[in-house]
Amino acid sequence: MAHIKLPEGMPGISGGFAFRPETAKPMRELAHVLLHEANSLSPGERELIATYVSSRNDCYFCQTSHGAAAACHLGGDDLVLRVKSDFESAPISPKLKALLSIAGKVQRGGKLVTTEDVGRARREGASDIEIHDTVLIAAAFCMYNRYVDGLGTWQPRDDGMYKQMGQHLAEHGYLTSSR
Amino acid sequence: MPHIALPPGLPGIRGAMAFRPETAHPLNDLAEVLLHEANSLTPAERELIATYVSYLNDCHFCQSVHGAIAAAHMGGDEELVRRVKADFAHAAISDKLKALLVIAGKVQRDGKLVTSEDVAQARAHGATDFEIHDTVLIAAAFCMYNRYVDGLGTVQPQDEALYRERGKITARDGYVNTSKAYLPATPAKN
Repeated sequence: MAHIKLPEGMPGISGGFAFRPETAKPMRELAHVLLHEANSLSPGERELIATYVSSRNDCYFCQTSHGAAAACHLGGDDLVLRVKSDFESAPISPKLKALLSIAGKVQRGGKLVTTEDVGRARREGASDIEIHDTVLIAAAFCMYNRYVDGLGTWQPRDDGMYKQMGQHLAEHGYLTSSR
Repeated sequence: MPHIALPPGLPGIRGAMAFRPETAHPLNDLAEVLLHEANSLTPAERELIATYVSYLNDCHFCQSVHGAIAAAHMGGDEELVRRVKADFAHAAISDKLKALLVIAGKVQRDGKLVTSEDVAQARAHGATDFEIHDTVLIAAAFCMYNRYVDGLGTVQPQDEALYRERGKITARDGYVNTSKAYLPATPAKN
């Protein structure tokens, strides 16, 4: 049961968003710019970063819904599972591995990111804006995850629901709700 | 030195925001609603929650600037800000704010640590659902802002007077207005 009286039947963050539309608006806009708008990192890559951080924060709703969005962009959930369990051995680019390593540091604490981490990402071809967006995606999911878990939102175990949600996010982005 | 080429002369989050205005706009809008717009929690109470979480995350820039904004809202009472950071249970603040700071401290570590008892305690001291919601989201949001500021290796001056001046301006004008000095106008949306 949620800690406060959230609207019924709205899973995860959508319950918090419906309760407080004034804060939902900038939170949706931030996710839309970071994950959906045109970017030199593909939407699939950015959703993998979001999924990985949410998995490190152990947020069921966020890692499942963003994992579903990533799977939709990438054509299957096998790669998503491999990135969550051991991204260094997953079949992804060396650049994305370097960025995931930065994201993992940010998840624990921003000060853990070193010049060497950033140097590795640059050597693999990452631009300053890609490094910036990786840091901010990781930081933002430290917010979204805590928001979803801290309110005790309803997080159903329903793969079909997440698949549908992931498809909506992948196709339409974050400004509108899938339900 | 910052990890990426941020515009010079803008400390902390401002350099990062000037680097990427597209994300700066929603980041400022969120801070404006949570900390500056009218609310049954006073701006000082909300800034104290933001300061406390930034202190727990050990983010020098955020705890200094939000501490200064909190002090500016309380007639310059920097001592109370220090007491809240060091030991809020014995600070001269309401029991309601103490209960909300307990929730904020749990969220800072992990949202799942917040218990029904923590929430019941806040309610017993008069907190509304809305205030509990905003406390959770302020704490969560500062886990983002702090990581953003530290994760980019932004410049974080040690000069207290600089934060004090900045705090007075932001306390008076809010986040969106003060950001106009270093951001282009909000792009037309929809």
